[in-house]
Amino acid sequence: MAAHLSYGRVNLNVLREAVRRELREFLDKCAGSKAIVWDEYLTGPFGLIAQYSLLKEHEVEKMFTLKGSRLPAADVKNIIFVVRPRLELMDIISENVLSEDRRGPARDFHILFVPRRSLLCEQRLKDLGVLGSFIHREEYSLDLIPFDGDLLSMESEGAFKECYLESDQTSLYHAAKGLMTLQALYGTIPQIFGKGECARQVANMMIRMKREFTGSQNSIFPVFDNLLLLDRNVDLLTPLATQLTYEGLIDEIYGIQNSYVKLPPEKFAPKKQGDGGKDLPTEAKKLQLNSAEELYAEIRDKNFNAVGSVLSKKAKVISAAFEERHNAKTVGEIKQFVSQLPHMQAARGSLANHTSIAELIKDVTTSEDFFDKLTVEQEFMSGIDTDKVSSYIEDCTAQKHPLIKVLRLVCLQSVCNSGLKQKVLDYYKREILQTYGYEHILTLYNLEKAGLLKPQTGGRNTYPTVRKTLRLWMDDVNEQNPTDISYVYSGYAPLSVRLAQLLSRPGWRSIEEVLRILPGPHFEERQPLPTGLQKKRQPGENRVTLIFFLGGVTFAEIAALRFLSQLEDGGTEYVIATTKLINGASWIESLMEKPF
Amino acid sequence: MNRTKGDEEEYWNSSKFKAFTFDDEDDELSQLKESKRAVNSLRDFVDDDDDDDDLERVSWSGEPVGSISWSIKETASNSGSNHEREQLKNRNSFSSYAQLPKPASTYSLSSFFRGRTRPGSFQSLSDALSDTSAKSYAPELGRPKGEYRDYSNDWSPSDTVRRLRKGKVCSLERFRSLQDKLQLLEEAVSMHDGNVITAVLIFLKRTLSKEILFRELEVRQVALRHLIHFLKEIGDQKLLLDLFRFLDRTEELALTHYREHLNIQDPEKRKEFLKTCIGLPFSAEDSAHIQDHYTLLERQIIIEANDRHLESAGQTEIFRKHPRKASILNMPLVTTLFYSCFYHYTEAEGTFSSPVNLKKTFKIPEKQYVLTALAARAKLRAWHDVDALFTTKNWLGYTKKRAPIGFHRVVEILHKNSAPVQILQEYVNLVEDVDTKLNLATKFKCHDVVIDTCRDLKDRQQLLVYRSKVDKGSAEEEKIDAILNSSQIRWKN
Repeated sequence: MAAHLSYGRVNLNVLREAVRRELREFLDKCAGSKAIVWDEYLTGPFGLIAQYSLLKEHEVEKMFTLKGSRLPAADVKNIIFVVRPRLELMDIISENVLSEDRRGPARDFHILFVPRRSLLCEQRLKDLGVLGSFIHREEYSLDLIPFDGDLLSMESEGAFKECYLESDQTSLYHAAKGLMTLQALYGTIPQIFGKGECARQVANMMIRMKREFTGSQNSIFPVFDNLLLLDRNVDLLTPLATQLTYEGLIDEIYGIQNSYVKLPPEKFAPKKQGDGGKDLPTEAKKLQLNSAEELYAEIRDKNFNAVGSVLSKKAKVISAAFEERHNAKTVGEIKQFVSQLPHMQAARGSLANHTSIAELIKDVTTSEDFFDKLTVEQEFMSGIDTDKVSSYIEDCTAQKHPLIKVLRLVCLQSVCNSGLKQKVLDYYKREILQTYGYEHILTLYNLEKAGLLKPQTGGRNTYPTVRKTLRLWMDDVNEQNPTDISYVYSGYAPLSVRLAQLLSRPGWRSIEEVLRILPGPHFEERQPLPTGLQKKRQPGENRVTLIFFLGGVTFAEIAALRFLSQLEDGGTEYVIATTKLINGASWIESLMEKPF
Repeated sequence: MNRTKGDEEEYWNSSKFKAFTFDDEDDELSQLKESKRAVNSLRDFVDDDDDDDDLERVSWSGEPVGSISWSIKETASNSGSNHEREQLKNRNSFSSYAQLPKPASTYSLSSFFRGRTRPGSFQSLSDALSDTSAKSYAPELGRPKGEYRDYSNDWSPSDTVRRLRKGKVCSLERFRSLQDKLQLLEEAVSMHDGNVITAVLIFLKRTLSKEILFRELEVRQVALRHLIHFLKEIGDQKLLLDLFRFLDRTEELALTHYREHLNIQDPEKRKEFLKTCIGLPFSAEDSAHIQDHYTLLERQIIIEANDRHLESAGQTEIFRKHPRKASILNMPLVTTLFYSCFYHYTEAEGTFSSPVNLKKTFKIPEKQYVLTALAARAKLRAWHDVDALFTTKNWLGYTKKRAPIGFHRVVEILHKNSAPVQILQEYVNLVEDVDTKLNLATKFKCHDVVIDTCRDLKDRQQLLVYRSKVDKGSAEEEKIDAILNSSQIRWKN
């Protein structure tokens, strides 16, 4: 089921098994039959570590989503609430508990907080008079959830806002905790690098936590050589640009949630003879996307322009394989063919799905508006016309395109110009407020506070220096057979990944000037290892770097890092961790103000 | 940046801005088509019924059978279809879990943290008293409420914070002096655990006067930020405003106050609330916007009452023909302008609902106004109004067509509102740039414009190409033939 987690350089199945075991232990504490009431947000992330079968083995008989008023009837001994520590959820839980108390036979209530207990929430339960009803109140440290063989995410929606807008460190604390767990499983990471205020804080917390545990030496041979902590606000530009890898575009257009995507069903209708096209399914088609699927693993990180040719090659290979049946003459040969059939059918199914997805995406990418938008983005990123009002953005507001799209473009322009001229900024603000509503003053303020949208102060635009020094814009990009990470945005090399690349070779000393322009401190820490655990690297052996994006990472950045991992003379392989998988739209949305 | 025309051309054709297509010499769609074809042809002989047998079994919605979200649906409804339950049964007998080799490792997260002995320096009374067995984080679980007390009364602040961190409930009440309380807070902050910091802040908030709490937090920025976040979370608007006032963070104060309006549903009350926001210390730019927000809602309330009345009376033609889809309350300014151009276009400037009045009151730029009016009038197919919108008279009395938004956009909007070809044609002809004009004319099938433009350009080749696109035997074809046969024109090609 989760074999793909062990394909990578670091076996992330070890982490998955550890969290699964923790879950079983908790379930066994509540003896007897159980019903679980889920905070709906958690079912996605939990789905990545456990199936219903695991829960059923531990006597979970019913499962509900958390809703107001009464629980549905369930003849079980235990009721377990699995929730994030959020106040509004406590109110719902207490409603459930109180109405259940009135209903009859006493049952045991438990609450499992993910990833951390919260005194604030318990206080709320106490105020509501139900705290005493819970027998077990525990926490389940699901900090980092394995998404793929080289990818971990905390799936914490609010992390960027909390860190960079509210300066609340709670999610950083969880990140540090998650890193401690990883070190407990995979050994102490000898070197820590970082850039940014939050990175500094997480490193401090880790060092402090380690000091508290010095009683027992970690005796595990270190798997990771380095940890690189990166603040999202060191690179605000990258998530704003439209991702142009296959996986990135799926996420941009349909949104990938916990490795699942929902697609319009028409293209996936089963084609059977006689159906005559009626009974088209109306429910969205849901597909899981990860490297367990061979074809997807091959194409996910390619520039979308290179996907078509792979699909057509695959189609030929599969056709040829099926043609083999005509050559199978002897019983042995037929048997051989039949034994391969399941694999071939899987490959065919996979090809059919991705051909359909590629068609859906192509409809978008070949549209006039997509082309216009991309052109403007690329102009901004290569430094053209960033200091005046863009007529394309004007058109977008005039035609009332989605607000998030407009905000994303305006922010991109601002970031590529180290802030907008006051006149330009005021103009955009006015257009946005008049077209989309004055209440968005609040959102604009948030964007300004996060540094995404701001007036140019001090007069100097530092972006060109950063762009040139870090070679963020590459004119000759090869989308088919890339030679540089800039292929993921067809020209723009993500700043964050460039920093990682330069750290590994030749080292950050070469870019001191740029590092000073980018916000926050950069630093290096060592965690000394006992001599027995020190690694002697074989010549030619790659280092393994864990890179942690505080505030979110995009699929295009992940693709770029995988590209670097696969370079023959790259010298470094990356495992990626983040507070949340994001794209420009979901990111901006997390900063928008909504009613309480 | 100044680009010459030539540069621009090159820039548009240079590879980095290439259109986003499958890069192949063949027909752009060929590759996808090919794989589609291959896929489809394979269906013929592969039995469809045991589709994906070796793959994870997936219900139609794509939820793998046995996944958590799938099972919630399944177990929640007892009336779930038999078929699905059958599937589940089958699935469980060879469940993915059973298929997996049992984990070789016996790692569990808590065991990592649990089994450790702490260094001597931390060997305090608290450790000795609690945690004698490493059974769990929360030994007090299951005990009746009365026992949520400490075993001992003299935890130091650091011990207390450490206990809180481990999720143990312990009383903070015995920290009575301000000094103790602050030490407790500092200890919590140094641990970075937001959960504990908040717990201590709740205690301080309850036991300290507002003035002292604010004064002490002002010099403790981390704790201060946690308090602000916490107050936002629990919605203690009043204390939050007091805090901002105390800290002299005026803009935040104003915005926090203003934010409240989002929670007020009643339009009249919302309007009154917005009134209280005017004059708050917003930035100069925002002040004007807030004032506009109030004025707009005030207008909308008047317009809404009036129009609802008109509509229900049923006497006004425009409302009878085009019943309102939604109330205009709380709509953005541009939407309101559209509404007013739609229902109140001809009203005199003196009324609140007249477009001209809105334009003046809110200083709506000419471009924005024209765009909105055009869209509204085109939707009503009031071509005469559209015409008037772009007609200007100069002082000699000649009329001239002028569009501040550019005629290409006029054409796009008219087309979106399905204007007839004669109308479209008229405006396509007014587009100045010849290439744009040709493109638009071709796109919207304004044959006459295409043909005349080609003739004017003396572009015989293009005309020939176009001839192949028009219907056989149509008037257009005749017209093209007439031009092609004309000896008057000196073709350039």
